[in-house]
Amino acid sequence: MNNLFLIAFLDVKESIRAKWFLIYTIVFGGLIALFFIAGVTESQVMGFSGLSRLLLMYIQVTIVILPIFILITTVRSISGDRDNHILEYMLSFPISLHHYYWGKVIGRFATVFLPVLFAMILALFIGLFKGSGIPWNIFILYSGLLFALCSSFLGIAFLISSIVKSSEIALGFSFFIWIFLLAFIDIALISLMMQNRLSEELIIGISLINPMEVFRVAAISLFDPQLTVMGPVAYYILDNIALPLFILFSIAYPTLVGVLFAFLGFKIFKKTDLV
Amino acid sequence: MIQIENLTKKFGNAISLDAINLKIQSGDCVALMGPNGAGKTTLIRLILGYYHPTNGQVLINGKNPIKERVDVLQNISFVPQLPPPIKLSLEELIAYVCKSTQVQKEKILHFAQEMELDIEPNLKKSFFKLSGGMKQKMLIAISLARRGEIIIYDEPTANLDPKARDNFHRLLQTQNHPNISLFVTHRIDEMRDIVNRQIYMDLGKIINDEKI
Repeated sequence: MNNLFLIAFLDVKESIRAKWFLIYTIVFGGLIALFFIAGVTESQVMGFSGLSRLLLMYIQVTIVILPIFILITTVRSISGDRDNHILEYMLSFPISLHHYYWGKVIGRFATVFLPVLFAMILALFIGLFKGSGIPWNIFILYSGLLFALCSSFLGIAFLISSIVKSSEIALGFSFFIWIFLLAFIDIALISLMMQNRLSEELIIGISLINPMEVFRVAAISLFDPQLTVMGPVAYYILDNIALPLFILFSIAYPTLVGVLFAFLGFKIFKKTDLV
Repeated sequence: MIQIENLTKKFGNAISLDAINLKIQSGDCVALMGPNGAGKTTLIRLILGYYHPTNGQVLINGKNPIKERVDVLQNISFVPQLPPPIKLSLEELIAYVCKSTQVQKEKILHFAQEMELDIEPNLKKSFFKLSGGMKQKMLIAISLARRGEIIIYDEPTANLDPKARDNFHRLLQTQNHPNISLFVTHRIDEMRDIVNRQIYMDLGKIINDEKI
């Protein structure tokens, strides 16, 4: 157990010193600052203003940039160490593969999740200082959603990192996964639906396999509980699943996806040549 | 004891090791030689449990280095040919070594001093920012501090200046010899005073194995 936390701790320290972490923190912290400077808290959309409006905008931007940030910084975690022979040396010490892999996962999770969480906490503090009311329900839900999104993409990234031997290919692969989940899967579903008139259960079922889609719908659900912006799909979702249950699903499912993918990555890491 | 039985390793269709049988016993100090692509590094990586054999097996003191890697690696010190660009600071690297192997930090500092590596002012510095020679000295100091039952050095003096090489050889000779030493080297003259067995490999096979 000590070695697990040793690896996690050293990974966190290594990440904090890395340039990507600096950019990552500046981007998310800077977003919050930018929103305040741009007067987002003073604007109003669908009855939302103040900090609720700011957090809403933050989450909309996060859904696009957080997954790609996690993917490109994490896929190199193991494949990069393998590429430049760091893995060969570090694993020559009596550390179990279990401790090494999961220590890296824990360390990397802390470095990708905490900056986005702290950015939201920063928003709360600034809001408090400016006298805005704190939308605790939105803050708690968004924290849960960010946790789930980080988990799912971290798991996907560790799976890629374990499978792919070269970090260059891992990067290309992660970019493909990101664009596929962000846009292609929707475009493909829309065209399938239009061309073949497939059943809505199948279309929506496929759509909700995508953790990014689940995140998006759950994020919308808080400011628009009837999901009116989604059109007819909203009726289908809300007719079949109660909103609280869907929100629970939107946190549990991506987290589970992340754990499963990370576990699969570990199995591959253990069963294949290490260097 | 390192026991290698009918060991074959293939990468796709390329055979890197071809049904090798080898026994390295306590007291053996081996120079592993051969041209590039002979299979020396593959053999070392199989001993360290990095590769899964295509056929055959490796046993270290009767233990499988893949299935019982922690037990096996407890007794092995390894220095690679090229120091990797580890991003940890020297202090963190030492912490990693000390916690995973129970080696005392003072021992590492002692051997670093013996290798004439000025470590104290560089403790906060990232390992990869050191010069090639300093990195190699650091890895040698770590390996000597560990006092492994088996030491595996892959071209350990490749990045060292002549004085550092002398220091390294002096330390090896003054140390209580580990049970088994395995040196991958292209310069047998340098190692003649240290090794007592020479294994020559080519095209994935052992061509020659003799006591010297």
